[in-house]
Amino acid sequence: MDYEKLLNPRLVATQPSGIRRFFDMAASLDNVIALTIGEPDFSTPWHIRQAGIDTLEKGKTWYSPNAGFVELRRAIAAYLKRRFTLQYDPTSEVVVTVGGSEAIDLTMRALVAPGDEVLVPSPSFVCYAPLANLAGGVAVAIETRAEDDFRLTAATLKAAITPKTKLLILPYPNNPTGGVMRREHLEEIAEVLRGTDIMVLSDEIYAELTYGGERHVSFAEIDGMWERTILVSGFSKAYAMTGWRLGYACGPKPVMEQMLKLHQYGIMSAPTTAQYAAIEALTNGDEDVEYMRAEYDARRRLIVDGFRKIGMPCFEPEGAFYVFPSVEITGLSSEEFCRRLLNEKRVAVVPGTAFGACGEGFLRVSYCYSVKHIQEALKRIDEFLEEFR
Amino acid sequence: MDKLLKLLDNDARLTLEQLAVMTGKTEAEVADQIDEWQKTGVIRAYKALIDWDKTDREYVTALIELRVTPKRDAGFEAIAERIAGFEEVESVYLMSGGYDFSIVVTGRTFKEVAMFVSKRLATLDSVVSTATHFVLRRYKDKNVMFLTEERDEREVF
Repeated sequence: MDYEKLLNPRLVATQPSGIRRFFDMAASLDNVIALTIGEPDFSTPWHIRQAGIDTLEKGKTWYSPNAGFVELRRAIAAYLKRRFTLQYDPTSEVVVTVGGSEAIDLTMRALVAPGDEVLVPSPSFVCYAPLANLAGGVAVAIETRAEDDFRLTAATLKAAITPKTKLLILPYPNNPTGGVMRREHLEEIAEVLRGTDIMVLSDEIYAELTYGGERHVSFAEIDGMWERTILVSGFSKAYAMTGWRLGYACGPKPVMEQMLKLHQYGIMSAPTTAQYAAIEALTNGDEDVEYMRAEYDARRRLIVDGFRKIGMPCFEPEGAFYVFPSVEITGLSSEEFCRRLLNEKRVAVVPGTAFGACGEGFLRVSYCYSVKHIQEALKRIDEFLEEFR
Repeated sequence: MDKLLKLLDNDARLTLEQLAVMTGKTEAEVADQIDEWQKTGVIRAYKALIDWDKTDREYVTALIELRVTPKRDAGFEAIAERIAGFEEVESVYLMSGGYDFSIVVTGRTFKEVAMFVSKRLATLDSVVSTATHFVLRRYKDKNVMFLTEERDEREVF
């Protein structure tokens, strides 16, 4: 059969994740020291695992309601209220999903109609543009720059808006740059959006991982933004629960009703055991989050300082667990740099271009690794840079 | 817990420079703080955690439960001090529960440790009884796994 003809052309035209490609290269070599993984190196805190185990022992292995257990939705609403002063009705404005990723997909498919434009600040996580395109929309990249600390600015947003603009993605704290949007920056964006019908998907999966004095502010907290925002978050990053596959979306009821239909038909319900564990995480997990955040912060300081000392300029990331150093001094492209670094020094990092064309000239380096591991990688990168000095 | 102490607790070989970067302090501040901790005894020592099983050292470790009768002129403190004085004794803890002291003793052979207990410990005036438990295998010590090499099982996403 000629599958090319049979397959959905939009899907066929979609490229697989550029992060993945690099991993396969790294996996074929020995003695590779990787700084590629975007997930916590901690295991899920024990009391959270135990909560999951307890329900397994009691045989609680059935489907949950489509939107998730109401106890969990209540816990999510309570958390969002205490951390961000956000108000969501647990029964109609919260849907528990299979990771933040599903929540992103649902939001796109609920809002984007054929031809609608979806604004995607870039560089950013790999899924937004493909999912927007698959939903029938047109992804429009908005370049963010190192000199703006990789923030979305009012001016670049304004310039990108057309009558077809349906949805703006706000991926902050940002993967891969580590950039964050503080309250004043969000206010600027809100000012541009007021009076328009543009909806916002605010992906706040890294909300608990910001460093420095100020804590994360949700876009939905900004005056007048709640009604246009779908807040997406989850348990993976804050509670080291990646493998449990649990996230959520919160937003105005009319949108959530549509998202729930998609979820109902496509997924049924998020994993039951994970939901029980997540209730424990939200109820008794604050100390764990604080502990892990402090650990990441120490490593963040070490790795930023390390890159600067070996002569690679590195923007000071204030969120997530990545640094985004520039390869400019080598004159190599991101891709070449990564390939040569891997082959010559056996260090794996991800080229910035995996996160959008404007990631050219940068690397995404994860610091979800032990201090020793980070030190060894920096040493090897230092040796690699020798010939460019 | 103090950030700096926590880092040192985990890895005492981090340089002043690294410690300063990781805590957001200056090197001088870190150095002064460590000096003070050393002077006041907050930091007692810096030692390597060695997996002796990977060396040719012949050794055996025992945990010994000790029951004692404190006397007017020899309370727990004095007894502990006396016991801690033996170079075979690695650690001495005063315990709650069914016995008074828990002692860690290291020797070259089972016999050597047994002799130490019967000749030196059990004969002390205040010691009422001893129970010796030999360590067969060390799986984890001071938060470090000895059983297996740590492996990164994460999928490369």
